[in-house]
Formats: sequence, structure tokens, C-alpha cells
Amino acid sequence: MALNIECVRKDFPNLSARGRDDKPLIYFDNAATTFKPCQVISQTHNHYCHRTANIHRGVHYLSEVATAEYESARDKVRRFINAKSLSEIIFTKGATESLNLLAQSYGRHFLKPGDEILLSMMEHHANIVPWQMIRDITGCVIKVIPINDKGEIILEEYRRLLSDRTKIVSVVHVSNSLGSVNPVAGMIRDAHAFGAVFVLDSAQGISHEPIDVQSLDVDFCVFSGHKLFGPTGVGVLYGKEDLLELMPPYQGGGDMILSVTFDKTIYNRLPHKFEAGTPNVAGVIGFGTAIDYVNSLGWSDITEYKKELVRYGTGLLQKVEGIRLIGTAANKAPIFSFVLDGIHAHDVGTLIDREGVAIRTGHHCTQPVMKFFGLAATSRASLTFYNTKEELDIFVAALRKVIGVFQ
Amino acid sequence: MTVHNDELYQQVILEHNKRPKNFLKLDSWTHSAEGYNPLCGDHLNVYLRVSPQGVIEEVSFEGDGCAISKASGSMMTVALKGKTVDQARALFNEFHRLLTKELDPEKDQNILGKLNVFSGIWKYPSRVKCAVLAWRTMKGALDQEKTVATE
Ligand SMILES: Cc1ncc(COP(=O)(O)O)c(C=O)c1O
Repeated sequence: MALNIECVRKDFPNLSARGRDDKPLIYFDNAATTFKPCQVISQTHNHYCHRTANIHRGVHYLSEVATAEYESARDKVRRFINAKSLSEIIFTKGATESLNLLAQSYGRHFLKPGDEILLSMMEHHANIVPWQMIRDITGCVIKVIPINDKGEIILEEYRRLLSDRTKIVSVVHVSNSLGSVNPVAGMIRDAHAFGAVFVLDSAQGISHEPIDVQSLDVDFCVFSGHKLFGPTGVGVLYGKEDLLELMPPYQGGGDMILSVTFDKTIYNRLPHKFEAGTPNVAGVIGFGTAIDYVNSLGWSDITEYKKELVRYGTGLLQKVEGIRLIGTAANKAPIFSFVLDGIHAHDVGTLIDREGVAIRTGHHCTQPVMKFFGLAATSRASLTFYNTKEELDIFVAALRKVIGVFQ
Repeated sequence: MTVHNDELYQQVILEHNKRPKNFLKLDSWTHSAEGYNPLCGDHLNVYLRVSPQGVIEEVSFEGDGCAISKASGSMMTVALKGKTVDQARALFNEFHRLLTKELDPEKDQNILGKLNVFSGIWKYPSRVKCAVLAWRTMKGALDQEKTVATE
């Protein structure tokens, strides 16, 4: 059964917000963050109204309820990505923190001078900078996997870069600036052939297609709740249990210990070893509800509909005079990056905002890939399942008006 | 697209964007600086030739940027040519007060003249940095800073 978009849209109150000058809003900035369905909003609200308590620390009733709900969200995440065990799901504050945790714990502990980390040309700064910080401490080397001018990873080049020196391959699943869906299943197998661990940045991928960490055999996978219709301030690090066991804690504090004396501390078991301090309890519980929501729609309908949006949007945009689409991979998410002849992205962003259309302009935290395309900035419209073809029509008409202003 | 009076993209700005004045590198200059806006990657250079008496004989800019930063740079060079360094600093301060809404051209006497069109930026706080980039870079050049970032 196809998605009933009208029905789905009713679940997202923010879709009826007004844009600039009280224009009806068209929200095409879903790669930055997604709106939250009322189910998530009321779950979070409910937590703060009726169930506020700290977790893992109380024998009182509310604390037990909050702990159970928090741990139940962990199980929802586990099932959502088909992880083997709850020990493998670590809550963080976002994809960025998950990557920093990996770099600081796994990277700092295991990397030696001369070891290599492979990153692709299209990585988000969150998947570059933490590794550079570790490179500067450990003396390892970062190598860049090239892409072609459609924005696809060049697999032959990737395989050529792999060697016994490769210890970590960290690659974006779906590019936030190009929309490319990378062929990660094969890339993971290739990395494993050289004994490297594979880190998957699914910040965008998590809302694009189902992820099965066991069938992918991926070693680590990171994502953020707020890009999957959940609250901000919640993220996940998935890691294979045996790897997580070998890793030292990332931060010290409460909850991550079993016992503390001034001489010696015994760390807690997984996953708590990596969750120091009071986490974002309401956020995690709300995130669990966001996962329920996505499951209730069903992946096959979501992916079908998104393909349709990619096809329709690409068709419309290609007809705009003076446009250059940046990122034209064969396998694409509905993320449209583009530049217009002689018009700077920021002017596009401001002028189209006057028509009520919210898009993102700039380098999208992916400066190296911008440089690869010889650009400082692009305009980016990123859609998700609550967006419609009618919205795409209005967006493209507004784009033509913007071009008109500069003629 | 309807053009309002509080519109940022007024004809003057669009004209200066299309045909920026003094958009080149001077043959010789006494002061220069490089400015960039880390938010959008906009990037420009400002060159000034200041006489021993402290008069700005020539001023130019070049670089990449949006319509707002380009028009702002272009109108800046027009406004500064022939002014003294002290007058340039005063103009910078006043322009800055305009962008940050401390100065309201409807009410407050000011020396900005045509530069008042930039009051349209009030509706777009995220674009203030674009309008200020050339000016900050100019001031950096006078203050002997080599690079200037609007952050
Ligand atoms: C591909 C990618 N990786 C990492 C991140 C970082 O996510 P967050 O800012 O939620 O930590 C983002 C978000 O912009 C992203 O798009």
C-alpha cells in the first residue's frame, strides 16, 4: 500500500508553520534536521509532565519507569538496525559525538604511526576533523578515496588504496551535500579483506533506507535522532560487541562505573561503559517513539516514494535554465544540490525564503567536496517522505522567480 | 517578484552586483587585507592607496561573493574614494550601526547616503555578515591586519 501523504503530513504540526512574510512553508531542509511527528512530541511532553526521573539510580517508582522506557528505546534502536545485542547500542548526543567517541577511544588506543585511515572525498566535517585530531596524536595517516564528477565513489581507486596498513575506513552512507547513496556493502567486504574496521556514517542514511548491521557486517555505525524525526541531542553509536569491549571508556563519570575508590575504578559493563553521566532521558525515549513511527509507515513505501521524489525533482530541476546539479549519482536520495549561473547560493537562499521555501545554502559542512567541484557553496533542497511533488512544483517556480530578479 | 521598499535586493544593489565598481586589484597600494566569511566561503581582497596626508586616493576590491557582499564592496569603494582615513573609519562605524539596527535611517541623521539601502538587511540577520565583509576587510587593511574573518 502506498503512503497516504496527506495523512502523514497531519502527524507533523510543524508543516503548518508559516515561513517568511507569513507565506505557507515549504520545508526542504530535512538533511539538516527533520520535523517531529506529534507522537514524538507528546511522548517527550509526557515524560516531562508525568515521568521525570533520573535513570539507573533510583528504587523509587518514577525512576524505575524512566529506566524501563529508556532501555526500551535502546531495544527499539537495536531492532531498527538489527544489532545482535543491547550492549552494542550506545546513546550519545549525536552522530558527531559518536564519531568523536570512536576516534578518541578506538582510534587513540589502536592506531600506530604509519597506520592508515581512509575517508572519502564527500565526508562531512564530523567524519574528518575527529580523525585529524587523532592523526596528530598517533602519527597515523589519512588517505582520501576519490569520487567521480557525478559524486560517486570510484571503487577501483578505493580498492587500490586498501592495504595492510589500512586500519579504519570511515565513509558516509548517504552524502548530505550530494545525495549519493554509497555502495557500502561491497566496500565493507573489501575493507575486511585487509583486516580494516569499517565505520559507517549513517547520519543521513538512517532515514533513507533500512540498515541491517549484521548483514552488512559493519563494525561501527553512527547516526543522530533528530534527522530521523526524533528530538535533538540524541545519537547512537553502534559497535560490534567484541570491538567495544576492547575499547577504553571515552568519558568518565557516573553510570559508567561499577565501583570507585581513589586507588582504582572498575568500569561498568557495555553499553553503560560509554554512557557517563545523566543522558538525554526524554530525548532517548522520544527517539524510541520516532522509530516506532517510521516502522508504522513501513520502509518499502517510504523508499518507493522517495525514489519517485528523486525522479520527479531531478526532471523538474534539469529543465531550469542555467542550473548545474551537483551530485548526480545513479543511486540517490532526494537531496538536490545545485548552483545557478551567476547567482550566488546565499542570494538564492534568501530570495527563495521570501517565497516561503526553506532550503540550505553554503558548504553543508563538506568543504573538501565543494572544493572538488570548484565551488564555495551550493543551494540544497533536501526532501523526505512528508514532502510532495506539488511542493517541488512550487519550489521550482520560485527558483525561476529568483533567476528573474537577476536578469 | 514583488519589490517592497524594505526589500534587500533593490535595484541599486542588483546593479552594483552585476557591474561592480572598482572590482580589480590596484597596481600599487599602501594597505590591503584578505577577508572571508567562514559561514559561506565568501572571500575577497581589499586594496587601498592612501596618500601621506591620509587621503584614500584609490580603493578597490576583488573576490567571490554573493550579491550582497559584492554590492556592499562596490558601494564602499565609491563611498571611500577621496575620503580621509578618519572619515573612512567614521563611515565604517556608522555603516556597522546601520547593519546592527542601532541606527535607523528613518529617524537618525547620518552620513551614509546611498548606503542606507542596506537597512533592508534587518529582515535577514543571517545576511549581515555578507554586507559587512568588505567593510571589515577595509578596516582590517587600515589596521594592518592581514586576514579578517567575519565571525
Ligand atoms: C553525513 C553527516 N554526518 C554527520 C553529521 C553530523 O550530525 P550531527 O550534527 O547531528 O551530530 C551530519 C549532519 O549534518 C551529516 O549529514
